[in-house]
Amino acid sequence: MTGYYTSSDNFALLPATLLALFGLAAMFFPRRGGLVLLLMGEGFTGFMLWRQWSFVEANGSPLVAFQGGLTIDGMALFFNAIFVLAAVLCALVSYRYLEIAGEDRNEYYGLMLLAQSGMFFLAAGTELVTMFIGLETMAVSFYILVGFLRADRRSNEAAMKYLLLGAFSTGFLVYGFSLLYGLSGSTRLAEIAQGLARLDPTDPLLLLAVATTGAGLAFKIGAAPFHMWIPDAYEGAPTPVTAYLSVASKAAAFALMLRIFRGPLGDFRDLWQPMAVALAVASLTIGNLAAISQSNVKRMLAYSSVAHAGYILLGIIAGNDMGYRGVLVYVAVYAFMNLGAFLVLVVLRREGIGGESLDDLNGLVKRGPVYAVLMTVFLLSLAGIPPTAGFIAKYYVFAALIEAGQYVLAVAGALYIVVSLYYYLRVVRAMFLSDAGQPLPLAGSWGVRISLAAAALGTIALGIYPEPLLRWVNAC
Amino acid sequence: MITWLLLTPFVAMLVLLFLPARLSRWWALVAQAAGPLMVAGMSLQFDRAQGYQFVERVPWIPTLGVDYHVAVDGISILFLFLTSAIGFLALLAGWASIQDRVKEYYAMLLLLQAAMYGVFVAQDLLLFFVFFEFSLVPMYFLIGIWGGERRMYAAIKFFLYTLTGSVLLLIGIVALYVVSGARTFDAATLLSSQLSPAAAQWIFWAFFLAFAVKVPMFPFHTWLPDAHTEAPTAGSVILAGVMLKMGTYGLLRFALPLLPQVPDAARIVQLLAVASLIAILYGGLVSLMQNDWKRLIAYSSVSHMGFCTLGLFSLNELGITGSVLQQVNHGITTSMLFLLVGIVYDQRHTREIAAYGGLATRMPNFASLFAIAVFASAGLPLLNGFVGEFTILSGAFQANRAWAYWAIPGIIFGAAYLLWLYQRTMLGRLDNPANEALRDLNAREWLMLAPLAAAAILIGVYPRPYFDLLERPVKALVESLR
Repeated sequence: MTGYYTSSDNFALLPATLLALFGLAAMFFPRRGGLVLLLMGEGFTGFMLWRQWSFVEANGSPLVAFQGGLTIDGMALFFNAIFVLAAVLCALVSYRYLEIAGEDRNEYYGLMLLAQSGMFFLAAGTELVTMFIGLETMAVSFYILVGFLRADRRSNEAAMKYLLLGAFSTGFLVYGFSLLYGLSGSTRLAEIAQGLARLDPTDPLLLLAVATTGAGLAFKIGAAPFHMWIPDAYEGAPTPVTAYLSVASKAAAFALMLRIFRGPLGDFRDLWQPMAVALAVASLTIGNLAAISQSNVKRMLAYSSVAHAGYILLGIIAGNDMGYRGVLVYVAVYAFMNLGAFLVLVVLRREGIGGESLDDLNGLVKRGPVYAVLMTVFLLSLAGIPPTAGFIAKYYVFAALIEAGQYVLAVAGALYIVVSLYYYLRVVRAMFLSDAGQPLPLAGSWGVRISLAAAALGTIALGIYPEPLLRWVNAC
Repeated sequence: MITWLLLTPFVAMLVLLFLPARLSRWWALVAQAAGPLMVAGMSLQFDRAQGYQFVERVPWIPTLGVDYHVAVDGISILFLFLTSAIGFLALLAGWASIQDRVKEYYAMLLLLQAAMYGVFVAQDLLLFFVFFEFSLVPMYFLIGIWGGERRMYAAIKFFLYTLTGSVLLLIGIVALYVVSGARTFDAATLLSSQLSPAAAQWIFWAFFLAFAVKVPMFPFHTWLPDAHTEAPTAGSVILAGVMLKMGTYGLLRFALPLLPQVPDAARIVQLLAVASLIAILYGGLVSLMQNDWKRLIAYSSVSHMGFCTLGLFSLNELGITGSVLQQVNHGITTSMLFLLVGIVYDQRHTREIAAYGGLATRMPNFASLFAIAVFASAGLPLLNGFVGEFTILSGAFQANRAWAYWAIPGIIFGAAYLLWLYQRTMLGRLDNPANEALRDLNAREWLMLAPLAAAAILIGVYPRPYFDLLERPVKALVESLR
């Protein structure tokens, strides 16, 4: 593997290159058509990912590029598939939403693609600087996307909060990264692992590195007590962006977390596991309890996403194969069900009507029975009621915890399902059991219908027959 | 065959969504009528001398070791029959009174029916769990949309209470899977695997709690009066007639077989029998105090289900046979009682007992059927309740004399509150003018009540076939408990 930029490097990098190029093209495209460019970009990216997958399959070993800077393995491709899915589904619903908001501009789609090219490096990067740049590319794109509704004060406020807190957390993360580099003498994860293995595990600097890295990542996944930005950013952002943010950005942060905490820090489980348990329990508690009292559905889903971060963390805490697979399964399933829930909210938004408060959903079953039924499916799946996909995700987490002997956490996680169902049912109750105040028109569009159908299909089909997903995860 | 039984209501539900609303009840009726016929067909082919029959087993999620594995034995087929019959009759209950959102109503009933069948035939623990938990969803909507005044409160209370139990069940199932190392969710394999005493104990308690909430056993019964009272008639009938039995069925199938491995099992059984006795006595006393017709019947369920659990915890053939039989009996009589209340409620829109009185003069046929139901429920000889309670008491007597002695006042309370209810509503003078307009049973109501009355009498007079049906599976269970 000689040379500075070999063809195999190029092959490994191609999805990100494509995403960035199409992103720039979309941004500077003179006429309307950002959505088309995005879909084309995603198509090419998806094709390249598939090529990489067949290559990795055929070789039987991951494709390592840039002297260990990028690793295209099953996990990287799995996460990237989720990113493609999330981007396509969110983009399809966006055009109508942006038209209604009067902000239908091509930059939107460009930023989505650029964010995704950053995510590529979070899932595939195995070198600290690469990952960091990927993270920042993603984050900066999201800062702008969250504030994309220039005329909307909440959107601006959300972007500002997200930016400030995001920058703060990035500081933590980069501090942690620099400590890891200082301790091990390398920025490549494989070499960091070797470097750290020579260290005394009680070294306070190591603890500091773990704590700061963990805190920075906890912010990105939205785990309590680093979740403060989540409700505001989720509420203020344009709903399709919220959906994208909640699914793709979270998944990418979990990919990064897996790379670091399963990789070089995997041997120091004793050091970080208590912190992870504290984060998970805090997320489950705060997320679930705060969600109960929300009257804005987006805000409620924001808090519920904090709780879901807690569940995914439980998979990492378990630390066995089942647990790591559980993270992948959960993230994939979460993509379908959480996108679906937010997409239904997109339908409710019309000119001058937020469509976000619980009352706006009143009697939805009369106005749009299909939307009401689908929303119910998504919410039941989020709660983990079988036979929806959410059940399989929860199953993995609990099974992993029990295998690891963490019975208390398993029972606590299970009991929080009951709490979460309470607030999910508040939405169901509004849709089915409450009378509509005034019949508001719905903003359906072909994009929304296609996206919702895909999300619903994923949520139901993966619940009834999860075998293909599980096989894929096992192969990762 | 079983798969067809499961699929019929489900497919019918899907088709229903595309039918015009005015056809939906007829379509649902056809689909629900197919249930009893199919179960009857199965019982004709059923061989009492064999164990599990009509076995269908295909891998479902091989990665996790989950199979689609369904089969019936003597116990299951009895419950299937109950489920299909009650499902059909419950459909008739709302025939005229449900005018609002008709299509959704029948869709929910059909969906619930599929889930209930699944519970009684699943031989794979995860499959069982899926049906067990999913059955909550349609019932939530049935109570929440078509229920009484406090329907929203009752619906969510029902869902959250029973969900708490079922998440523990999930943890228990997964723990059993992991601890046994069997790599399959096949119930028979898992339940016969060797466990450490501590594991057996914790898993038993997880299972027990889940099913105890569902039964409901004292002190987990508080969801029941609200849910049963606020539910529409069909919902109450299905809840009392079938869904409570999911709890006892689960105890019998999945919790009891773990007992031999649980340390100190004798003490635990003692404790649970006492809890059953408290349910019998407490349920009876509370029923005596009720002013609400439906609530009284709801509380009487607590008492009657106490008998069923007492029979189970006798852990002998008589007790368990009696328990299963009494579960079916309770399904028949309580459904009948709820259907009867529903007939009056649809006309008068009050459940207050004091608002009635002397109805027998207006509605003689209604009063005679109500008398059959009351006598059956109170356990009068030659009616089904007697056979069940008597068998349970003999079983309890064998296990521990004190249990039987303490249970007997429960029968007396039962007779007291039921006969008093009868007296307050049916007998005396018709002094409330609002009741003048009440009409007697119409053909549809006859159709839904007559089969239940006939079954009550038939089982009471000639219970032999049921004992024969239960003999083999119960014997196998009791032997495994030794």
